[in-house]
Amino acid sequence: MALEKPYLDVPGTIIFDAEQSRKGYWLNQFCMSLMKAANRERFKANERAYLDEWAMTEEQKQAVLARDLNWCMRTGGNIYFLAKIGATDGKSFQQMAGSMTGMTEDEYRAMMLAGGRQIDGNRYVGEDGDAQAHRQPQGANHPKAD
Amino acid sequence: MARITASVYTSHVPAIGAAIDLGKTHEPYWQPVFKGYEYSRQWMTDNPPDVIFLVYNDHATAFSLDLIPTFAIGTAAEYQPADEGWGPRPVPVVKGHPELASHIAQSVIQQDFDLTIVNKMAVDHGLTVPLSLMCGELDPKKDAWPCPVIPFAVNVVQYPVPSGQRCFALGQAIRKAVESYDDDLNVHIWGTGGMSHQLQGARAGLINREWDNAWLDQMIADPAACAATPHIDYVREAGSEGIELVMWLIARGAMADVADKNHPISVRRRFYHVPASNTAVGHLILEN
Repeated sequence: MALEKPYLDVPGTIIFDAEQSRKGYWLNQFCMSLMKAANRERFKANERAYLDEWAMTEEQKQAVLARDLNWCMRTGGNIYFLAKIGATDGKSFQQMAGSMTGMTEDEYRAMMLAGGRQIDGNRYVGEDGDAQAHRQPQGANHPKAD
Repeated sequence: MARITASVYTSHVPAIGAAIDLGKTHEPYWQPVFKGYEYSRQWMTDNPPDVIFLVYNDHATAFSLDLIPTFAIGTAAEYQPADEGWGPRPVPVVKGHPELASHIAQSVIQQDFDLTIVNKMAVDHGLTVPLSLMCGELDPKKDAWPCPVIPFAVNVVQYPVPSGQRCFALGQAIRKAVESYDDDLNVHIWGTGGMSHQLQGARAGLINREWDNAWLDQMIADPAACAATPHIDYVREAGSEGIELVMWLIARGAMADVADKNHPISVRRRFYHVPASNTAVGHLILEN
């Protein structure tokens, strides 16, 4: 019998469940290694060589090299682990979270200061809120309609 | 005997810790947050606990994917502030209370909660930011936190996290455990994390002020009903990381009115502010 996963219809959201965790084990453990200053230095000196020391998939390595956190998450990454890459790059949590929306840093910060992203339209896939697939990427980067 | 006299609830946003550590608390962005805790710092001074039982979650710091305990109680004599990738926070070492912690561990396990017992771990912003908010800025070398702390880590990183109901029942077991300890100790129990926030994907930055405040109303007035809130409601309404709020129900379950309906509790402080970085800040103090 399949497991109950009532969270699959939440737009713009990947829940880090046991299945994602299994997929992302080596990716997340690589991230964990960046908590040591010496490892951060080795990674920065030669990212590809450092990544090749880990039993990650090629796609996971490409996602890390591209610093595409949405891609990392699809391949099993979890934001608290991925945050170690951001820390290595000198990025704040707000910069990391904002990078996943397509908004510029200023646009994302302004949204938060104005009270954050609205819930209306963003509860279920298929509504019309700004987190829905058809409205990506967000902000000025969004391709103009027609 | 030992007794729980109060519970404190607060968000534990890492950027709040950074604002304190970098001396930014008076900047216009942060001022409203810290003003919201001024009363609470005075309250801490006026109502000093002997021990703080601090419920928080580890954010891939002490626990990697090698080991994911649902509930972990710290029984060590001390805990070092962790290097989460930006260097350790410049705050004092956290002193534990091994005697009370191991007493609670034994009692709670005998009440059918299968705790993991931890004798060595670093503590991250989940634990140190609430302490800084409530106790103020302290010198890492010259100062000390006002009392020993028992860290209680809950898995809210890998789904499924424990249910609100499980957390609420655990709080009740912790209360019994504390009350069966012979020494006369004044214990505070703190629940931390939340409120609405999402740190991932196209929905990052989600805030739900209405839902947060309705949840707070219910948690204060009818915690048993609040504990029945299913996981999916937190995820959908308060964001994927808003699910941290289940930890508040552990502290709430330990309050006197849950064990005895006729025992009144009082709300000493309630505060809500948006934003701190990606997050809605919520804060409560309840007294028995």
